Amino acid sequence: MRATVSIRGGAHTPEPHESAVGHVTGSAPYTDDIPEPVGTLHACLGLSEIAHGRIVSMDLDAVRAAPGVVAVLTAADIPGANDISPTGLGDDPVFPTDTVAYHGQPLFAVVAETRDQARRAAALARIACDPLPAILGVEAALDAGAPDVTPPLTLARGDAEAALQAAPHRLQGRMRIGGQDHMYLEGQIAFAIPGEDGTLTVHCSTQHPAEAQQMVAQVLGLPFNAVTVQVRRMGGGFGGKETQMNLFAAVAALAATRLDRPVKLRPDRDQDMIATGKRHDFVADYDVGFDAEGRIQAVDARLAARCGFSADLSGPVTDRALFHADNGYFYPHVRLASRPLKTNTVSNTAFRGFGGPQGAVVAERIVEEIAFALGEDPLTIRQRNFYGPGRDVTPYHQRVEDNILPRLVAELEASSDYRARRAAILDFNAQGGVARRGIALTPVKFGISFTATWYNQAGALVHIYKDGSVGLNHGGTEMGQGLFTKVAQVVASALQVDLARIRVTATATDKVPNTSATAASSGADLNGMAALDACRKLKARLVAFASDRWDVAADAVAFAPNEVRVGDAAIPFDAFVKEAYMARVALSATGFYKTPKIHWDRANGQGRPFYYFAYGAAVSEVEIDTLAGEYQVTRTDILHDVGRSLNPAIDLGQVEGGFVQGMGWLTTEELWWDADGRLRTHAPSTYKIPLASDRPRRFNVALADWSENREMTIRRSKAVGEPPIILAISVVEALSMAVASVADYRVCPRLDTPVTPERVLMAVEGLRAAGDG
Amino acid sequence: MAQRGEIRFLLNDGAVALDAVAAEDTLLDFLRIARRLTGTKEGCAEGDCGACTVLVGRLAGDGLRYEPVNACIRFLASVDRCHVVTVEHLRGADGGLHPVQQAMVDHHASQCGFCTPGIVMALAALRMDNPEPDAAAIDTALQGNLCRCTGYAPILRAARAMADHGSPGADPLHLRRAETAARLRAMADGRRVAVARGASQAILPADADDLAAVLAAHPEATIVAGATDVGLWVTKGLRQIAPAVFIGHLDDLRRIERDADWLRIGASVTYAEAGAAMAETFPHLRRYWDRIGGPQVRAMGTLGGNIANGSPIGDIPPALIPLGAEIVLRAGDGRRVLPLEEFFIAYGKQDIRPGGFLESIRIPVTGGLHAAYKISKRRDEDISAVAAGFHLEVSDGAVRSARIAFGGMAPVPKRARAAEAALIGQPWAEPSLIGAAQALDRDFTPISDMRASAVYRMTVAKNLFRRFWHEHGAAGARAA
Ligand code: FES
Ligand code: FES
Repeated sequence: MRATVSIRGGAHTPEPHESAVGHVTGSAPYTDDIPEPVGTLHACLGLSEIAHGRIVSMDLDAVRAAPGVVAVLTAADIPGANDISPTGLGDDPVFPTDTVAYHGQPLFAVVAETRDQARRAAALARIACDPLPAILGVEAALDAGAPDVTPPLTLARGDAEAALQAAPHRLQGRMRIGGQDHMYLEGQIAFAIPGEDGTLTVHCSTQHPAEAQQMVAQVLGLPFNAVTVQVRRMGGGFGGKETQMNLFAAVAALAATRLDRPVKLRPDRDQDMIATGKRHDFVADYDVGFDAEGRIQAVDARLAARCGFSADLSGPVTDRALFHADNGYFYPHVRLASRPLKTNTVSNTAFRGFGGPQGAVVAERIVEEIAFALGEDPLTIRQRNFYGPGRDVTPYHQRVEDNILPRLVAELEASSDYRARRAAILDFNAQGGVARRGIALTPVKFGISFTATWYNQAGALVHIYKDGSVGLNHGGTEMGQGLFTKVAQVVASALQVDLARIRVTATATDKVPNTSATAASSGADLNGMAALDACRKLKARLVAFASDRWDVAADAVAFAPNEVRVGDAAIPFDAFVKEAYMARVALSATGFYKTPKIHWDRANGQGRPFYYFAYGAAVSEVEIDTLAGEYQVTRTDILHDVGRSLNPAIDLGQVEGGFVQGMGWLTTEELWWDADGRLRTHAPSTYKIPLASDRPRRFNVALADWSENREMTIRRSKAVGEPPIILAISVVEALSMAVASVADYRVCPRLDTPVTPERVLMAVEGLRAAGDG
Repeated sequence: MAQRGEIRFLLNDGAVALDAVAAEDTLLDFLRIARRLTGTKEGCAEGDCGACTVLVGRLAGDGLRYEPVNACIRFLASVDRCHVVTVEHLRGADGGLHPVQQAMVDHHASQCGFCTPGIVMALAALRMDNPEPDAAAIDTALQGNLCRCTGYAPILRAARAMADHGSPGADPLHLRRAETAARLRAMADGRRVAVARGASQAILPADADDLAAVLAAHPEATIVAGATDVGLWVTKGLRQIAPAVFIGHLDDLRRIERDADWLRIGASVTYAEAGAAMAETFPHLRRYWDRIGGPQVRAMGTLGGNIANGSPIGDIPPALIPLGAEIVLRAGDGRRVLPLEEFFIAYGKQDIRPGGFLESIRIPVTGGLHAAYKISKRRDEDISAVAAGFHLEVSDGAVRSARIAFGGMAPVPKRARAAEAALIGQPWAEPSLIGAAQALDRDFTPISDMRASAVYRMTVAKNLFRRFWHEHGAAGARAA
C-alpha cells in the first residue's frame, strides 16, 4: 500500500498568486517594463479643451515643429474605419472629425523620440472650436430631454401601478448615485511593434485582447490574423480596461504602422482619468408601496444614467442595473425602467459590478425608507422581503432557485451580534454626544453570466511537453484577480500533477482566438471549464495510449498524484509522458466551454440571463463626528458565498478588496466636474480612493464554507469578482443611521453617494435645522 | 574651492557619477529608463500613490538614515551623496526574499502586484525604525501607498508578520550600513555641485552662504527643497525650472534648536525631522503632523517649502500662525524677520525679494490653549478642505487673547481677525465660542471646488469653534 499523497497546489487549496514572488521583488514585468527595441517612439494624445463644439481648425504646426517630433496623426491618417465602438454602433471615433463631444476627447496624437518630447509637443496644439451647449449631468440631461445613447430597457411583472395605488403605505424618493474612476494602479498602455508583411504585435494592458485585436484591425483595415494582441498581466483592470484600452491600442498601432517603428502610448494619470470612461453615475426615482409589516407590494423605479457621448457598454450596464434593482428582495408587482442618457462627458463604461451595484443600492434605499417610515430595524424589513418559497420570481421572470440568503444573513446576524450591538448603539446615541454611531446589515444577490449570451464562451490551450512540464494558455486575462492561479490549479487537479509543473503564459490572440472579455466575474467559470475540457481530451488520449501500450482495460489507467497507474504499475508522470511522446500521441489540446441553460429575450424582458446567483452579506458599524462630518468604519463583518472555493486565499482577497473598493465608491471617491465640463478630480491628489487607514478597524471576513454551487460550474465554485462591491452598501446605511440619530430616527436622511464627510455634515445640519424649526 | 561638475551617489551596490543631468530629470525616469530598474513603478507621477517608493539613505547627524521617497517627484540631481535603494536590491546576496517580501507572499498581500514594490519599500522603511509595529504604526507607514486591489487587510497581516522573519539587524541593507556610510562620507567634498544637460542647469550649493551667493547670481532660479510641490510643476505642468537650486541637502538649513523661549527650525528641515521636536513642544500638533502627506512626503517635504510656496491650502501656515511663528528671510548677508502671516500678500504673491530665500522659522514657546485641525475628504494623505489653528489664553474666566488662523478659506492662509476680536474679553463659555464663530462670515468668503463646497467650508470652520470648546472647555475653566 502506498501512503495517500496528494498533489501540491490542486484546486481548493490556498495557493499564493502565481506571480507573488515576482510582485514582491519587482521582477514581474508589466507592459511598460518590456524592453523597448532600438528605435522605439513614444506617442501622446492631444485632448479637447471644451466639452462640446464644432471643430473649426486644428493648427498642429507648432506640434510638428517641436523637438523630437516624428509625426502627428489625425483622423485623416486612419486607413480603415475611424471607429472603435465595442458594440459596432459607429459612435466612437478614434479621433473626431467635426464635432468635439466632451472635454478631454482625444483629437490627435503626436509621436516623438521620447515620451517627454511627445508630451511637451502635444501641449502646443491650437484647436479652434465653435462651442455648442453642453449637457453634463443626469438631471440636466433629463431636464433637457436629452436622447438615450442606446435603447432603454423596461422590466415588468404584474401591475405595478394598480398595486401601488392599493398599497396601505406608499412613498417616493430620489437618489443620486455617484460614479467611480477605476484608478487601477497601472494606467492604460499600449506598445505596438510592427512585424513582417504588414502584421503587427500589440502589447497592451487589456481585459479583452480579442476586442483590441478587432479594433486595431478595423482601424488599420487589416484582417484579424494580421494583428496579435498580447498581455501577460495588468496592474488592475476593474472593467476600465475592457473597452477603454481600444483607443490606446488603435493609436499605438496606427503610429507603428505609419512609421514602421515600435510605438508606445502611455498616457499620464491625468489624461488616463480625463479621457477614459468610468462607472456610470445614476439618478434613481422610486415609488414603493408596502404593507404595515413593511412587506413590499409594488415598486416602480426609473434608473437614469450618465452614459457620456457614446454608447460604449452603457446598454448592458444600464440593463444590469435593472437586473439588480431587486438585490435580494421579492417585488410582487414591479416596473423598472432604464434611461441610458447621452451627455457631453467621457463615455462611461464597465466597472466591477457593471451597473449591478447601482441597482442594488437603490433596492437597499427603498428598504431603508420603509424601515424609517415604520420605525423598524431595517434588517427586520430586509428579512421580511427576501425571496422565498412562492416568492421567487425576479422582475426579469427568472426564478431564484438557489436562494441561500436567509440562512447566510441569519448566520451573519448571529456571528456579528448584530441585534445587541444595534441596541447598544441606540443607547450610545441617546446620550446626545458629538459622536454618533450607526450599524447596518445589507445583503448581496448577484447574477452570474454575461447578459450578452454569446459572450459566455471560452477557449483554452494545454500542452504537455515531453519532459512532463505543462503549458497552459486560455482566453482569460490576469489583472490581479488570481485567474491564472485558479485555472492552473484546475489543470493541476485534472492532470494530477503538482502546480509547480504548470506554467501559464501570456494571453495572446494568436494562441486562443475569439475570446470574450475577462469580465462579469466569469473568468474562472469560463476559462477553468475550457482548460478542464482540454485536460479531458489529453487524458482520454493518454488513457487510450496506455491501455493499448500496456494492454489493460481503459478503466485500469488512472491519473494519481504525479504518476499514472496502469494496472498494478505506477509510472511517474514524466516517464509516462515521454512514452506517450515516443508513441506519437498528440500532447496538445484545445478546450472549449459555453455556459448552459441561459437565454435572454431583451425585447420582452424575460428569460434566464443568469446561470446562477452569488450571495453575501455584510454588517458595518461606523462612528461619525457631527461637527465635521468625518467618520470611521469601526467594524465590518462579512459572510460571503463563493460556492466551493477554487482558492480560499484568493477568494478572501477578492472579498476584502472588493468591499474596500466598494466603500471607496460610496464614501470618499467623488468625481467632480466644473461648470465647463472639466473633470477636476483627475489624479490621486484630488480623487481619493481608500487608504490603509480607511479600512474597517475590525474587519472579519469569512467565506460561507458550506455553500456549493447547485449548478455544474467548475468544481462547484462560484464567481467572486464583482459581488463583494455591493457589500459596501452596509457602510452607507450605517452612516445613514448615525446621521438620522440627530433627529431621533424620525426621518430617513436620504444620503446621496458618495457619502463624503461633507454630505454627512450637511445631512446632520439639515436634520438639525428641520428639527429645531 | 572649485565646484564639482557631476553628481555622485550610490545606486543599490554600485557607485554612480553623472554630469549630464537636467534640473527637471526625475529619479524615477532615471531608474526606469536609463537603468532599466523597472521594479519601481509609476502610478501617478505626482507623489500620491507610492508605487514609485524607493529608499534614500543619507548621512545625518548620528549616521546613515534611510527614508521612503517618491522617486517620481524626486529630482535626480538631489540624490547627490545619497544611497538610492530600489526593490531589486532588497533581497539578500543569496537571493532569498527580504522578510517583508516573504511576509507579503505568505499573506497573499499582492493581487495585481503593481502597488506591491512600493508597499514593500514602505514597509522595509518602517521595519528599520519599528521592527514590531502595531496596526496604527502600519497604517501611518502606509499613508503614502495606494492599493486598489487588496483592501489592505492582507498587507496589514503581512506587516504584522514581518517580525517573524528574523531581526532587522540581519537584513542585508543593515549589514552593509557601516560600509555604505563610509562610501557616502568619501563622496562629501564640501563643494558646490553644478550639473546640466543642454541649457538646463541644476545647482547644489555648498552651504547656506554659498546658497546666498548662488541666488544673488541667479535671482530667477527655482529653489527646490523637498520637491513635493515643484516636482509636480515638472511632471504634471511640464514646466522648465532651470536653473534649479537645491537646498534639501544643506546641513546649516537643517538644524532644529530649542531653548526656553523659541523653537527654531531651519528651512530645509523635513516634516519627518521636525515631527519629534514639534510634538514635544506643541503636543497638540502630534496628530496633525501625522496627517501631512504620507511618510514619503514627510521625508521629502520641508516646513520652509510649505511656507515659501504660498499655497492657500498648505498645512503648515494655519498651524503655526496662531503660535506667533516668525520667519527669517535672507538675501545676500542681509536678514529680516517677518511674522508668518504677513508673508502671504495675495494668492501666489509672497513677501520675498528676488535672490532672497527663507532661512528659518522660529516659533515662540507659549502656554495657553492650543488646537490644530485638518478637515479633508479622506482622513490621511489628502489636501485639506479646511485647516485651522487655535491659540487662546484664558484667565479669570475670560478669554484674554486669541490667535486663530485658517487655510482653505481664502486665497492665502489667514487669521480670523473678526472672530478673534469677537472672542477676546468674552467669558470662557461655549456661547462665546459659538458667537465668535459667526464672525467668520466677516473674515472669509470661501470658494467651492473639488475638495469642498463653500457652504461646507464655512459650516465646518464654524463648528471647529465648538469642537475647540468640547476639547478645551474644562482646561480653560481650570486656568480661570
Ligand atoms: S508614481 Fe505615484 S507617488 Fe510616485
Ligand atoms: S495589488 Fe493591485 S494595486 Fe495593490
